[in-house]
Amino acid sequence: MNFPILSSLILLPAVGALFLFFTRSNKENNITVKYVALFTSLVNFFLSVYLWILFDQSTSEFQFVEDRVWIKDLINYKVGIDGISILFIILTTFITPLCIISVNNSIKNRLSEFLIAILIMESFMIGVFCSLDLVVFYLFFEAGLIPMFLIIGIWGGTRRVYSAFKFFLFTLLGSVLMLIAIISIYWISGTTDVVQLYELGIDAKYQNLLWLAFFSSFAVKTPMWPVHTWLPDAHVEAPTAGSVLLAAILLKMAGYGFIRFSLGLFPIASEIFTPLIYTLSVIAIIFTSLIALMQEDMKKLIAYSSVAHMGFVTLGIFTIQQQGLEGSILQMISHGLVAAALFLCVGVVYDRMHSRLINTYGGIVSIIPKYSVLFMLFTLAALGLPGTSGFVGEFLILMGAFKDNFLVAVIASLGVIIGAAYMLWLYKRVVFGKLVNSDLKQMVDLNKSELFILSCLAVPTLFFGFYPEPLINTIEVSISNLIKVYNFNLISN
Amino acid sequence: MTNLALVFPEIFLSLSIMFLLILGVFKKNSSKLIQNISLIILLITSVITLNETLGIQETLLFNSSVVIDYLSSFMKIVTLLAAFLVLVISSNYLKTLKIFKIEYPILILSSVLGMMIMISSNDLIVFYMGLELQSLALYVLATFNRDQLKSSEAGLKYFVLSALSSGLLLYGCSLIYGFTGSTNFNIIANQLNSNEYAITFGIVFILVGLAFKISAVPFHMWAPDVYEGSPTSVTLFFTMVPKIAALTVFIRFLYVPFLNLIDQWQMILIFLSIASMLFGAIAAIGQTNLKRLIAYSSIGHVGYTLAGVATGSNDGIQSSVIYITIYIIMNLGLFSCLLMMKRNNKYFEDIEDLSGLSKNHPLMSLSLLVILFSLAGIPPLAGFFAKFYIFKSVLEQSMYFLAIVGLLSTVVAAFYYLRIIKIMYFDKEKEKYDTDHSLWLKFSLMFSTLLILIYFIFPSQLIEVVSRINII
Repeated sequence: MNFPILSSLILLPAVGALFLFFTRSNKENNITVKYVALFTSLVNFFLSVYLWILFDQSTSEFQFVEDRVWIKDLINYKVGIDGISILFIILTTFITPLCIISVNNSIKNRLSEFLIAILIMESFMIGVFCSLDLVVFYLFFEAGLIPMFLIIGIWGGTRRVYSAFKFFLFTLLGSVLMLIAIISIYWISGTTDVVQLYELGIDAKYQNLLWLAFFSSFAVKTPMWPVHTWLPDAHVEAPTAGSVLLAAILLKMAGYGFIRFSLGLFPIASEIFTPLIYTLSVIAIIFTSLIALMQEDMKKLIAYSSVAHMGFVTLGIFTIQQQGLEGSILQMISHGLVAAALFLCVGVVYDRMHSRLINTYGGIVSIIPKYSVLFMLFTLAALGLPGTSGFVGEFLILMGAFKDNFLVAVIASLGVIIGAAYMLWLYKRVVFGKLVNSDLKQMVDLNKSELFILSCLAVPTLFFGFYPEPLINTIEVSISNLIKVYNFNLISN
Repeated sequence: MTNLALVFPEIFLSLSIMFLLILGVFKKNSSKLIQNISLIILLITSVITLNETLGIQETLLFNSSVVIDYLSSFMKIVTLLAAFLVLVISSNYLKTLKIFKIEYPILILSSVLGMMIMISSNDLIVFYMGLELQSLALYVLATFNRDQLKSSEAGLKYFVLSALSSGLLLYGCSLIYGFTGSTNFNIIANQLNSNEYAITFGIVFILVGLAFKISAVPFHMWAPDVYEGSPTSVTLFFTMVPKIAALTVFIRFLYVPFLNLIDQWQMILIFLSIASMLFGAIAAIGQTNLKRLIAYSSIGHVGYTLAGVATGSNDGIQSSVIYITIYIIMNLGLFSCLLMMKRNNKYFEDIEDLSGLSKNHPLMSLSLLVILFSLAGIPPLAGFFAKFYIFKSVLEQSMYFLAIVGLLSTVVAAFYYLRIIKIMYFDKEKEKYDTDHSLWLKFSLMFSTLLILIYFIFPSQLIEVVSRINII
C-alpha cells in the first residue's frame, strides 16, 4: 500500500484544527495560533503541489485511489482523483492559506475558533473533490455547512443571523433530495461506488428523477437562478475570509458535482434537461448581471457577478463539448482566484473605512495607488479581458456554446458586455473621480501581508491568462474520456 | 428449571426492589445509600442479562408467554444502561430541589422492571401487566416534585390520559382474544383470519394505546405538558427509557402475530410516522421552553423510528433499533447540558437562558453544538447515520413518499435546532452558570459528545451488534 496522500490531504487540516483546539487562544498567543494554522495549510498546499507533480496526465483513470471498507457491506471509503478534481484540490489548498493570512485585524475575538472553522472547512472541501463514493461525497458536501454556518453567524455583519439561516436551510433543502437519490441509486444498482457506477450505468427509466434530485442540490449550491438569493446575503454578511472561501471554493463544489455526477451518471437525463440548464444559465447571466449593475454595496455586486459567472460555468458544462467543459473548469478556477481577490479587495477598504457602500468611496486612486493597480487587474480579469485567466474560460465556454446552440451563445455573449459594464462602472465609481469624502485621505495603502496575498492571486491570474497550457493539459484527457463515456452511454441505452 | 435462569434478571431486579423498600423503611436518611445500591443493581442486572441471555437462541418460557431472544436481551441492556445513566446524573439535581428521597430510585427500578417485562412479553396479558407496572411508576415520578403545582399537574394529566389509552388498549386486546381465542402472540398468528374486520379493529385499538405510550402524533398531546412539568431528571427518563420498551413492543406486536396483516397496519404506521415527523418539526419552532422543545423534538424522532418499523422488513427493524440507540445517546448529552444550567441553586430551562453560552462556557456550548447538529441529522455526526439507515431501509421498500416527507421535515427541524445554536453562539452573553457539577454529569456530557463525534470512524460496530436482531 502506497502512502495515502489523499487521506493525508483531507486529514491534515483537521489535525491542525485539533491542535488549535487544545491551545486555546488569548490575546497573547494570537500570533502563535495563526502561525500554527498557516503552517498546517501551507504544508497541505505543498503536499497538493507534490500531488500535481506525481499526477500522470496521460491517463483518464482515477489515480491515488484508496479503497477501504467503511460500513461493512454498505459503503467503502473510496477516494481518488483525475485531472478534473486535482485542480480543485490545488485551488482549495492555495486559497486557504491566503484566507488565514488575511485575518489579521478583521477578526478580533475568538481567533482560534475562527481558524479551526476554516481548517475544518478545508478538510471537508478537499474531501468533496476527491471522494469516489456517493455517500462519502454527500458526507463531505453536507458537513461543510456546519463550519460555514458558524463563520457567517459568529463573525458576520449586522444581518448575520438571517444570512446564516438562509444559507444553511437553502442548502440543506436542496441536499436532502440528493440523499434520497443516493440511497435510491444504492438500491437500483447495488453500489454507491462512482467508478463502478460509471461502468454499470443506471437504468434509463430512473435517470430523470435522480438527475432532478441531484440538480436540486447542485442548483442551490452553484447557485443558479432562481435559488441564488442566499448567496448575496451570505456574501455580504460573512467576514472577508468567509466570503473568499464561499466564492472561491464552495460554489465550485456544485460545478464539480455537475461534471462528475450529473454528466457521468445520468447521460440520458442530462441530454433531456440540457434546455432547462441553458435557460436557467442564460437567465442567470443576463438577469443577475443587470441586478449587479444596480447594486450599491460592493460585496453584493461581486456576489451577483459570481452568480453570473457560475451561469457561464453551468452553460459550458452542459454543452458537453470538449471546449465547453474545459472552459467551464478554467472559468471555475479563474473565478476562484478572481472572486477571492475581489472580496479581499473589498475587505481591504472595508477594514479602513468600515463601509462597503460604493458611494462612500471615489477618487482613491491618488491616495492608495498600489491598491488601485491590483484592484484594476482583478476587475479586468473578472470581466474577461484577454491576457487574464477570466478570458480563457469565457472564450472556451462561448466557443463550445456556439457549436451546440447558436442562440444561447449569442445571448450569453451579451452577458459578457453587461459584465464589463458593471465591473468597470464599479471601478470607476470607487477609484476614479473626485474625492467625495475627506475621511478617505486617512486611508493607508496596502500593508505587506495584503500586498502579498493580492500578488499571490495576481500571478496565477495573469500566468494562466497568457499560458493556460498546464491547466488544459491536466484536464484534457479526463474530459475527452468523460465525453466519450457520455456519448457511449447515450447510444448504448 | 433451567428456564428460570433466563428470567433471572427480572427476578433479581424485583427482589432487589423489595429489599430496597424494606431498607428504606427501617433505616433513616438512607436516600444516598439506596441511590448507590440501585445503581449497582442496575449494573448487575445488565451484566446478568448480558451473560445469561444475549447469546441464546429464541426461547419461549412459561407456556410461551415470555420470549427471550436477541432483540429482547439487547433492548433490556440498553434500557438498564440508560436508566443507570439517568439515575447517576440526576442526583445533584434532586438534591438541589430538595426531593432527593428514597422513592426516586425505587420507582425508577420498578418502572424498569415493568419495561423488561414488556420487552420480553409474548402474550397480551403479560404485555399489559408490564405496561401498567411501568406506567404506575411513571405517574408517581412525574409528580415527584409534589410541592410544585406544575409537577402535580403533569402527573395528573399523564395519569388521566394514560388511563384512557390503557383502556383503549385493553379493549383492543379483548377484541383480539374474542376473535382468535388466545392472548398468546404465536397462537394468534396461527389463528389469524384476515377476513375478520374485528381483528383489524383490535390492532387499531392496541396501536392507539402504544402510540400514546411512545407519544406519536396524534396521540402526543400529553407529552409537552408532562415533559415541561416534571422535574428535569424525570423528563430525561421519560424521553429516553420508556421509548425503548414501547418500540420493542411495537416491533414484536406487529411482527410476531400480525405480520400477515401488514397491509392493514402499514398504512397506520406510515401515517403515525409522517404525522409525528412533520408535527414534531413544525410545533417545536415556536417554543420558548427548552423542555417543551425537547418534547416536540422527541415526537419528531419517534416519527423517524416508526418509519423504520413501518417498512415491514428486518432491515427496517434494525435501523429503528439503531436510531433509538443513537437518539438516546444524543438525548443524554442534551439533558446533561440542561442539568448544568444552574445558578444560585436554581435551574434554568428557557431557550433564552442559553444566550451567549459560548463565551462563558465554551466547552459546554461546543458539546451542545455537536449534539444539536447531530439531532438535526447533519453529517458526519452520529445523528446523520441514524437517519441514513432509516431512509435506506425505507427506500428499499420503495416508500418514496415517506422518505421525502421525512427528509423534508429534517430541514424544518434543522431550523429550531439552529435557533438554539444561534442563541448560544450569536447572542449576547448573560451571567455565568455554576461550574461545580458532579463528575458523572461531566462524564456523561463528554461521553455522549465524543461518541457522536467519532461515530463516523467506527460505524460498522453498532450495525454488527444490531444485525443479529432477527424477527421475521
